[in-house]
Amino acid sequence: MTQTSAQSTAALEALNLTKVYGSGNTEVIAMNDVTLRVSRGEIVALLGPSGAGKSTLLTALGLINPPNSGRIVIGGTPVMDGPRALVDLPAFRRRHLGFVFQKANLIPFLNATENVQVALEINDVPPRAAKRRAMELLDYLGVADRADNLPDALSGGQQQRVAVARALANHPSLILADEPTAALDSHRGRQVMELFRKVAHERAAAVLVVTHDHRSLDVFDRTCEMEDGRLRGTLEASTATAQTLA
Amino acid sequence: MNLATKDIRHNFGRFALTTVGVGLLLMIVMGMGGIYRGLIREATLLVERIGADFWVVQGSTRGPFAEISRVPPILEDRVRGVPGVASARRFVSHTIQREFRGRPLRIVVQGLAWPDDQGAWLPLVAGRSLGRAHFEMVADRSLGLPLGERVKLGKDVYEVVGLTSGMVGSGGDGLGFFTVSDAQSIQFDLPGDAIRLDRQSRRARAEAMDVGRVQPLLLERSAGMSSGIPALGPPMVSAVLVTLEPGAEPHAVAATIASWPDVTVYSKQQQKDLLLSGMVDKARRQLGLFRALLIIISTIIMALIIYTLTLDKVHDIAMLKLIGARNSVIVSLILQQALLIGALGYGLAYWLGTFAFPRFPRLVMIEAPDLVQLAAIVLGISVLASLLGIWKAVRVEPNKVLS
Repeated sequence: MTQTSAQSTAALEALNLTKVYGSGNTEVIAMNDVTLRVSRGEIVALLGPSGAGKSTLLTALGLINPPNSGRIVIGGTPVMDGPRALVDLPAFRRRHLGFVFQKANLIPFLNATENVQVALEINDVPPRAAKRRAMELLDYLGVADRADNLPDALSGGQQQRVAVARALANHPSLILADEPTAALDSHRGRQVMELFRKVAHERAAAVLVVTHDHRSLDVFDRTCEMEDGRLRGTLEASTATAQTLA
Repeated sequence: MNLATKDIRHNFGRFALTTVGVGLLLMIVMGMGGIYRGLIREATLLVERIGADFWVVQGSTRGPFAEISRVPPILEDRVRGVPGVASARRFVSHTIQREFRGRPLRIVVQGLAWPDDQGAWLPLVAGRSLGRAHFEMVADRSLGLPLGERVKLGKDVYEVVGLTSGMVGSGGDGLGFFTVSDAQSIQFDLPGDAIRLDRQSRRARAEAMDVGRVQPLLLERSAGMSSGIPALGPPMVSAVLVTLEPGAEPHAVAATIASWPDVTVYSKQQQKDLLLSGMVDKARRQLGLFRALLIIISTIIMALIIYTLTLDKVHDIAMLKLIGARNSVIVSLILQQALLIGALGYGLAYWLGTFAFPRFPRLVMIEAPDLVQLAAIVLGISVLASLLGIWKAVRVEPNKVLS
């Protein structure tokens, strides 16, 4: 398979996703008939004001907050049909998904290498091979020199890089990131966004990033905007950047 | 990668303190078992060591240890006449408390039938067994009397000629071995005034009777030494110990002696059972209940600690679940920590016990079967204590990581 054909394969297809919280007078439609497609090797930004439903969409796609209706297909495998799981969700998550959040959420009692290694060992990779791959990833992300440090001893940017390494550990077809640069300064924030672009393009992973940071939109192949639970539209990156500058 | 040990290394201080606390509790649980074993050992030690097949005691009593027993010394000769009996020995046992060098001295006085029984069966750690009919004693080390020490008991002075170790009575007081006559002298020692008053009292009783008035010589005799009055027998002994001839039929010998209406006969095992079911039983139940309470308390404390440690890790557990960790990974993390606390606490309890228990005033015996039993209990309470934490952990949702 060539790079071009790999990139054209849909890594994620979300079809008519709806999520409703509460009922009657307290009913809130957090996500309303959302359809989204992200290809392998593509990095997509999800924009929108607070309460637009971005995180609800992300957690639904991350298989930790099932939708009320709609379908989710990841890497060609139907995963959710409404609230019904079609696969073993924990197993699917560890093999096909990677997560990065605003906070790095590193496990405080494991050093940088072990934080990556644990994701591999959970996926039944033998310890020695897991350690080797963890070191490779830390090296790839430029934090190999902090491999033996506990999270407390790492800067915010270094922690986020380790979190990205952990997300990449099992060669996921889809990486979901929820405001990964919110806790970083603009310089480090841009570095992380560029890292995602590098990962998407070099490793043929689909990357969906929820962000408020309009300064880094040029990094993305595409941006999507949500409002009141609906996906309003999709723009090519160059258009989105131009609108932001205007 | 072992997540449990990584977490422990990261929170070593708290884990170490928890383990020390659990270890101290388990040491007390271990000690309770040891005290119970010690009680049994001390209660049955003499019966075990003295080498008697039967104990002949006062009729309808459970003496000489569980209650007072008094039999005439001539019973020894009667018992010797029973077919199958190799030897019969008088035995005296009573407890005294005297003042010695400004401190109280409690001795369980044991009278041995000199010269047949010179205490050759005693487990001596220093000196020798009794070598004279009078004024010698073999003392247990717990009495604190060194070899060669001279102790005044009653009107006589006794020299410590031998030392034993671990020979104590059911009350934990050290045993002192004397000849029967010396033991009786100590038991029946009276001040001179008391003896004179007793003699005067006998004379007064005789004077009040016709025979006393018509026979002045009898009045003289009644006011004299008690050993000179035929109506007054020699001092009673506590029991007569019987050793059977090789090949003798124990049931037949016991049946013969039991047919005498003035005595009761117990086998060695029956005598031990009397001690255990009577004197030790309540202490055993008390220690057992206390031990059970401590085990329950240990379980609750361990459960609360494991639960708190789990609460601290809720976010990490959610993260592990988010990246696809199976429940078995999470359960293993908590269970291993609980087992490690239990195992290290147990080891610490044993180690501390080896220093602490020998300093206890009474014997604390830690035996292998009790250690195995406690290990099984610790395993059980560790698993039980982890259940609350495991219950909390398996209910953690992966999306908790977002909060």
